[in-house]
Amino acid sequence: MNELVLKGVPAAPGIAIGSAYIVDKQDVIVPARAILEKEIPIEIARFEEALLKTREQISALKKKISDEIGSQHAQIFDAHLLVLEDRMLFDDVVKKIRTDKQSAEYAFSSIFKKYIKVFANIQDEYLRERSSDVNDIARRVLKNLIDETRFMHELENLTEELIIIAHDLSPSDTASMFNKNVLAFATDIGGRTSHTAIMAKSLGVPAVVGLKDATLRISNQDTVIVDGRMGLVILNPNDKTLSIYRAEQERILSMRNRFDDIKELPSETTDGRKLEVLANLELPEEIPMILTRGAAGIGLYRTEYFYMNRVDLPTEEEQFIAYKKVAQTMAPYPVTIRTLDLGGDKFISSLQIPRDMYPFLGWRALKFCLERPDIFKTQLRAILRASKFGKVRLMYPMVSGPGEFRSVNAILELVKSNLRRENIAFDEDMEVGVMIEVPSAAMTADILAKEAKFFSIGTNDLIQYTLAIDRVNEQTAAFYEPCHPAVLRLIQRTVDSGHKENIKIGLCGEMSGEPIYALLLLGLGVDEFSMSAGNILQIKKLIRSVGYQDAQQLAQMALTLTTGPEVEDLCRRRLQELAPDIFNVDGS
Amino acid sequence: MPHLEKEIVVKSHQGLHARPAALLVQIAVKYDSSLMIKKDEECVNGKSIMGILMLGIQANTSIVVITEGEDAEALMAEVEAFLSKDE
Repeated sequence: MNELVLKGVPAAPGIAIGSAYIVDKQDVIVPARAILEKEIPIEIARFEEALLKTREQISALKKKISDEIGSQHAQIFDAHLLVLEDRMLFDDVVKKIRTDKQSAEYAFSSIFKKYIKVFANIQDEYLRERSSDVNDIARRVLKNLIDETRFMHELENLTEELIIIAHDLSPSDTASMFNKNVLAFATDIGGRTSHTAIMAKSLGVPAVVGLKDATLRISNQDTVIVDGRMGLVILNPNDKTLSIYRAEQERILSMRNRFDDIKELPSETTDGRKLEVLANLELPEEIPMILTRGAAGIGLYRTEYFYMNRVDLPTEEEQFIAYKKVAQTMAPYPVTIRTLDLGGDKFISSLQIPRDMYPFLGWRALKFCLERPDIFKTQLRAILRASKFGKVRLMYPMVSGPGEFRSVNAILELVKSNLRRENIAFDEDMEVGVMIEVPSAAMTADILAKEAKFFSIGTNDLIQYTLAIDRVNEQTAAFYEPCHPAVLRLIQRTVDSGHKENIKIGLCGEMSGEPIYALLLLGLGVDEFSMSAGNILQIKKLIRSVGYQDAQQLAQMALTLTTGPEVEDLCRRRLQELAPDIFNVDGS
Repeated sequence: MPHLEKEIVVKSHQGLHARPAALLVQIAVKYDSSLMIKKDEECVNGKSIMGILMLGIQANTSIVVITEGEDAEALMAEVEAFLSKDE
């Protein structure tokens, strides 16, 4: 068998190698079984019993999901319960048992097939897709009506360690996988914030979604590699690929264990400069994992996921509950909540927003929030209310300069005075900061520093806007140079302007998690590094291995160089000399 | 016995998918009156989630709501408020 590489969307990091298990969503074939007149009441009773049993199972599932990942994920089960109580369904099935003299399972499955057919003809794509909820219910009822052994290969009965391959995973699928030996997930559909991604992150296993036709290409027991960082699934890997991935797996594992002993220690350089290493957070479900990595807070809490993969807008209450829980769990550590940054490559599902020709320069982030203060105010209220329950910091994305900063602050003040009037408590001293990710903000950092309580440099965007490179475009990706002299100067300018006004400078782009860049950023004077939880221990180890003075010298030298690649070379050499441990682990 | 019929344009929730359909059924079962929903020539029981789902009602579609019974007016009012809510 030849090796085959399938490309999808990375949804949860890590590498898994193992045996594939295809979650089969095919119809269960129920053979017709004629019954006698006198058996009719028995079959009806069996049907009622199956409905009751399914009801109990779903109620239990609803409670489990609600307790473990939050009540908003459990709401869908209310609809499932109503399907079970449905008069039309019940009457149709009972009528079929009586008039056709057929077994309960046959009557049920043929009535359901009729319904499913009607659903399949629904014009609206969104509504049509929702019919998978109804399918889910039908399977459960059938399972309670017929011989259990036919479902031997259902998820709930898995005992081996397997890689789950599915078209998509429903909440009830994933709930039944909790505490199971799942090595990784790979699905045909779904995005970075899909249900599969949430589950994988909370279980701490890798996941790749959006593979399109993985379920058609992969069979049960095939050997597959799931690479959650690159978003790849490799089917029938050859010996060479396997050994590369095994080594990589080992490296990640050894890195985890190796630096585990410094988890509780401060991020302090050998010559005494104290820094903070924080985690970037996308989904609240990641928090338990983040806490095991020794993060000193959340440096970037992205809130877009509330607005995606759904048709309605998130309510204030829903957001408040989520923010509050994060603030409480992380206290006394800070939680930096970034307001809505939609546009660019992330779109709100519930609003019909025209696609821009240059999405990254289009109607994005604050430009969107200023036009839709209704949506923005709801979020600000939720954040302010949550600020009472921990150390919450508020951060605006994509600020272009002092004018825009003042406009959004005016909205914030309005929301605050409304809350005061309503006697709703919030933290009056909540810090408000600015993300520095547009070159114009970096150039006006001296003005912004007088008005903001902190800065957080977003290098991913700062680099693309400075170099005029679309980071999503494959053709220009090679020109993406984190160490371009212009980028370094903007960072230096931002840091110096901030320090002059005694405010802290954070950095939350991909750069902060990569040792060679982190060393340089340390030297440039960055105070807080925020990154994916997986990189925290490594960067903490780096900080604890080097002197601030050495890093400063490196930064001074880097600023005299004229091209990005020269800077990268210098950083790599210095990392090898100053922290050979990290250099070897990183292998870069 | 009061019998009401009214044409309503569904504004809510990008159409009546599982969750809003569930909410509509939960409203309907509070009343003694019957609720029927008619779209094009098809007519289903509004107290049945399967019935509502099978109509596949998209947002901005016009449907006919029929209520009949002692509390038909109150039921009609609540259903109308629910369906015309744009959230």
